Amino acid sequence: MLEGSDRTREGAARTRGSARPRPAGRRPAARPAAAEVEPAARPGEAKGEPEPVARLAHRHLLGMLGVTAGEITLILDTAKSLAEVSTRAIKKVPALRGKTIVNFFMEPSTRTRSSFEIAEKRLSADTLNFSPSTSSVVKGESLLDTARNLEAMTPDMIVIRHKASGAPHFLARHCRSNIINAGDGAHEHPTQALLDAFTIREKKGRLAGLRVAIVGDLMHSRVFRSNAFLLKTMGADVIACGPPTLLPPELPRLGMQVTYRMDEAVEGADVIMMLRVQRERQRGGAFPTAREYYNLFGLTSERVRRARSDVIIMHPGPMNRGVEIDSAVADGPYSVILDQVTNGVAVRMAVLYLLAGGTLGELAG
Amino acid sequence: MANLLVKGGRVVDPATATDEVSDLLVIDGRIAERRGKGKGTAGAPPETTIIDARGLLVCPGFVDMHVHLREPGQEHKETIETGTRAAAAGGFTSVACMPNTDPWNDSLSITEYIVTEARRKAVVNVFPIGCVSKGGRGEELAEIGDMVRSGIVAVSDDGRPVASTYLMRMALEYTKIFGIPVIDHCEDRALAAGGSMNEGYVSTMLGLKGIPAAAEEIAVGADLALARLTGGRLHLAHLSTRGSLEAVRRAKEGGLAVTCEVAPHHLVLTEKAVMESDYDANTKMNPPLRSKEDVAALLQALADGTIDAIASDHAPHHTDEKLQEFDDAPFGIAGLETSVALMMDRLVRPGVITFGRLVELMARNPARILGINKGTLQPGADADITLIDPGLEATVDVGRFQSKSRNSPFHGWTLRGWPVTTIVGGRVVHDLRSAAGH
Repeated sequence: MLEGSDRTREGAARTRGSARPRPAGRRPAARPAAAEVEPAARPGEAKGEPEPVARLAHRHLLGMLGVTAGEITLILDTAKSLAEVSTRAIKKVPALRGKTIVNFFMEPSTRTRSSFEIAEKRLSADTLNFSPSTSSVVKGESLLDTARNLEAMTPDMIVIRHKASGAPHFLARHCRSNIINAGDGAHEHPTQALLDAFTIREKKGRLAGLRVAIVGDLMHSRVFRSNAFLLKTMGADVIACGPPTLLPPELPRLGMQVTYRMDEAVEGADVIMMLRVQRERQRGGAFPTAREYYNLFGLTSERVRRARSDVIIMHPGPMNRGVEIDSAVADGPYSVILDQVTNGVAVRMAVLYLLAGGTLGELAG
Repeated sequence: MANLLVKGGRVVDPATATDEVSDLLVIDGRIAERRGKGKGTAGAPPETTIIDARGLLVCPGFVDMHVHLREPGQEHKETIETGTRAAAAGGFTSVACMPNTDPWNDSLSITEYIVTEARRKAVVNVFPIGCVSKGGRGEELAEIGDMVRSGIVAVSDDGRPVASTYLMRMALEYTKIFGIPVIDHCEDRALAAGGSMNEGYVSTMLGLKGIPAAAEEIAVGADLALARLTGGRLHLAHLSTRGSLEAVRRAKEGGLAVTCEVAPHHLVLTEKAVMESDYDANTKMNPPLRSKEDVAALLQALADGTIDAIASDHAPHHTDEKLQEFDDAPFGIAGLETSVALMMDRLVRPGVITFGRLVELMARNPARILGINKGTLQPGADADITLIDPGLEATVDVGRFQSKSRNSPFHGWTLRGWPVTTIVGGRVVHDLRSAAGH
């Protein structure tokens, strides 16, 4: 228990979430009521930057739903402070020295896993990578057994990517470590939304009141959900656009506009977020051909002209050039796609640092 | 042993329009007489056991017309013995078991195995339901006549819908020979494919693939049309949406002899439970938990008589099977040991329905639908009796289930109104009061 109590003192106890592991199986709901997603501020209302809170309310980062504007600001401000580390000659600070972090990636990922790994190393954590090809999962081990075995090695944090929505919540129920969701099924990808928000704030100076068009296969997109929850919480206007066969139901109830017309979606946009067409998650039949998809929903230079003159174009990658986005746009002057990748490291450093109990004040001092 | 005098309880038996405090005399496992409480033991045989039922509700033993006993083939989930113990503990004196065992109950030999095992090990009456199609594969009719001879009381491919409108038509026609109902699990499989919860706001939030209400309603509509076409006996299992109930209501108003059931979990939980439990697979069932508008429509349909029966859809699964990613976990929950208490606490206590109506829904009507001689306390009937303590408050603890399985979303719920004594053929098969040392 020495290990556990040490962690409790340094880590979990400093956030307000429950520090003790719960008995396997059941626990009271940790999620906010759905109504809490309703936008904090609507256009025309106060658009001031929310003040950062002192610390995160929960010991895991499972999604953006329920994360408050103050917490989001805290993460983004912390990321801003930590971004400087990556510009140094020696890109390392000792903030997570002695902490062990497992990168548990059950789905292919290059960008997100490398980004987490670099973030962990720049904070001096010890890291362990765990993926299907190198793990006993290929031998038929259940997620629960894998989780228990990981736990037995007493890591401080587990970063999980998994094909099933809710897999990080499952882990959080059965593990004592802090759990960070690096993408679960079609549910959430919170650090992607945070790095997108960081990038938007960097370019636009704010999030509130911006017109953000999110275009593509929204039904299967965890990037969409996390971005939608975050942007609504921060008071941005979200326009959801895609073929109706790839839009999940009840989007207006989440406080966003829905359109099936690309020209309408990008009209006057401050930000255009293009999402990948995820052939691997679709049942098929959602649209006839890639060619027709491109004609209806592809982002071309012509369409970009309908947006504001200072629009920024984003894409979480990997891109299908010529399907959802034209190369001239992806590589053009409005594109911030590579800034997103760069910012991913700082944002993930911030999340790791804050969940380990660090504070913004310590960084500033 | 089979002579009983159940004294001083409030006897409720809709079949005989009875609702009054009285005594019930059981001789040789059959109801002999219901009589005023002044009569004492007069006329009772010397070796008559007296059961003090003062303060209790005394009603015909409950009949659960939709359970999965998993035997043969899936004994790690449940057996005929443990499933019927769970039934007894939950206040049920009869259960009808669905054919999706391994192998499916699609032939005389499997039916006879179930009947024989039940005779040896079951503590309540077991009525097997046979397959509509061979192996439940949805291709050709099973040997229904053979199975009827061995004791099935209905046919169904439950676990799956009857696979095609053609096969459903054949089943509705063919079963007229035997006068047994065809029970359908209504689901359009193309529309529901890959789904793991209700399609709607919550599935959007959780990023889970949805099963739209229309998947059920399309199948209900097709079945009703086929019942009209054939004049066959149709029973619709575990309906869960407003549209389904509206369709059944209209069909009944049009004179169609269709019956339907709902499951307790669809009456007390909504899709929000999936979110509030953070993807606990014990909130995953098929049909899925629906919206609050659907729940309201179900409650309305209970009160206005559209719904004929409440059945648990007891679907036990091993803990390891449920402790998985939500998408990978199997559908279904254990229901036998919580159904009656849930309905007492959530329907009878707040006055949504009367206790008499509950007895209709959970004893008399299921018996009538299946054509079995149960669900009443009239003289001559088998002495299957359930005693309920309407004031007893207790907390659901899956660790104390008689069932082999623990997959219940109601663990930790405190409910008021529990079955305390279950009597089958004049034999006490479950008695909470003696177990608790009363």
